[in-house]
Amino acid sequence: MQTTINHHWQRFTLKQKLARYSVYLVLVVALVQSMQTVEVIPEFFFDAPEQMADMFGRMWPMEWSYYPLSVHDAIVETLNIATIGTLLTLIIAIPLALMNASNITHSAWGHWIARFFLVSSRSVNSLVWALLFVSIFGPGVIAGVLAIAFRSVGFVGKLLAEALEEVDMGAVEAIRATGASPTSILIKGYWPQVLPAFFSIILFRWDINVRESAVLGLVGAGGIGVVLNDSMNLFQWQRVSVALLAIFVVVILAEILVVNIRKKLI
Amino acid sequence: MHTTAGSAEPHTLLSIRGLQKEYVAGNAILKGIDIDIKEQGIIAIIGPSGTGKSTLLRCINRLIDPTKGHILLEQEDLSQARGKQLRMLRRKIGMVFQEYNLVERLTVIENVLTGRLGYMSAWNAWRRNFSQEDINTAFELLEAVGLAEHAKKRADSLSGGQRQRVGIARAVMQNPRVLLADEPTSSLDPKTAVEIMELLERFALEKNMPALVNIHDVNLARRYAKRMIGMSNGVVVYDGPPEGITDDHLKQIYGGESWLV
Repeated sequence: MQTTINHHWQRFTLKQKLARYSVYLVLVVALVQSMQTVEVIPEFFFDAPEQMADMFGRMWPMEWSYYPLSVHDAIVETLNIATIGTLLTLIIAIPLALMNASNITHSAWGHWIARFFLVSSRSVNSLVWALLFVSIFGPGVIAGVLAIAFRSVGFVGKLLAEALEEVDMGAVEAIRATGASPTSILIKGYWPQVLPAFFSIILFRWDINVRESAVLGLVGAGGIGVVLNDSMNLFQWQRVSVALLAIFVVVILAEILVVNIRKKLI
Repeated sequence: MHTTAGSAEPHTLLSIRGLQKEYVAGNAILKGIDIDIKEQGIIAIIGPSGTGKSTLLRCINRLIDPTKGHILLEQEDLSQARGKQLRMLRRKIGMVFQEYNLVERLTVIENVLTGRLGYMSAWNAWRRNFSQEDINTAFELLEAVGLAEHAKKRADSLSGGQRQRVGIARAVMQNPRVLLADEPTSSLDPKTAVEIMELLERFALEKNMPALVNIHDVNLARRYAKRMIGMSNGVVVYDGPPEGITDDHLKQIYGGESWLV
């Protein structure tokens, strides 16, 4: 007599199935709820393509003569804000990175202090930093530079600390064994090993900062954003398009530059 | 055993007294080591893995802090030294590592020159302001280890044996009074291992200094060592000439006997 044994198998138990379906239900309810809360006005929503076409129409033809008049200086200012801001970042971020790297600083207090500054730098958006500095220093480049620097410290400091922690400690140990001072150990043991990561991080951050500093002008912190904001407020769309194109070109050029330098370095 | 319990004689170069190390309190890795060293040449330290050979060498130049005991180098107590005094003492102790521990992204010659870091300020180290004399010595040492033509290559482009030669040149560059070598041949093939041992012996004799070498390979140790120190479970169980080591000693050091063929 032949009997087949029917094995019973199911991916999920009944309890798990119920749990999964209730999660789906919650998601659908949340979606419906939020649709109601944002109050999308259908007329405005379906109107969007027309409005957009209208705006592009007003942007064209671009007012090229506005570039030498105002956009050029603002773009240079934006690049200056990004570059000086990044350099200022280094001055603050390097000591914090050294303090945060567990294979360099052994004190728990040091770690907590470094982490405090790094996390607070990162948790505030650069626009918010800019608002803060505009209210302290008034509108202008200084506010922009400081906003960029304060926002970047957390990013650069954290990544640099991680690069330092990944260093081959054997080489560091060997240099310590020669009787080198702590500073010399940093210079000859750690520095050559983190050098590629260091430049990579800095260039990457500079690239981000070029984009961020283009926006900072919206809150009055100098750069191309100011020009953009003014033109928009005055409905001079043909100027807006020049400013937008200038930002686009600069961002692309910055990207190309960074990629090429990184290729050479690593 | 020829260790003496009495005080170190005035001409003893390196004297280790009652050295103990516990990584975890109550669990000693080194349980009271006494060694006196005055002779030049290779002194092989043999013993199974985990018996504290590396810890012993690292205690001597204080890469690891001993828990108890004293280490006297030319009558100066290393175990108590701190800061600048410790760095001055470390200059007198050259160290060679199993994994070579070169700074891979620096050139070969610069790796050799890092042996002088204990003698120069951080500012000069940053500026790469090595003295002409140091640069000459570094090139002579590279010549001596047979790597003169590789001086300007990056260290990570060399083979294992070549890297270890650079490691030895770096250690000798310190103009040390003692060489420490922690398993210098364990990552190398047998032929290269012999060459490295020969090189260590040559420098030890030329510079008139002892070279303490941790080594797994008992036969290689016998071949080059003037004196052998057998360790087992954190204590010295044999200290004497290589001829004096018997199978009984080896059984005591490594345990078991199936490997003694």
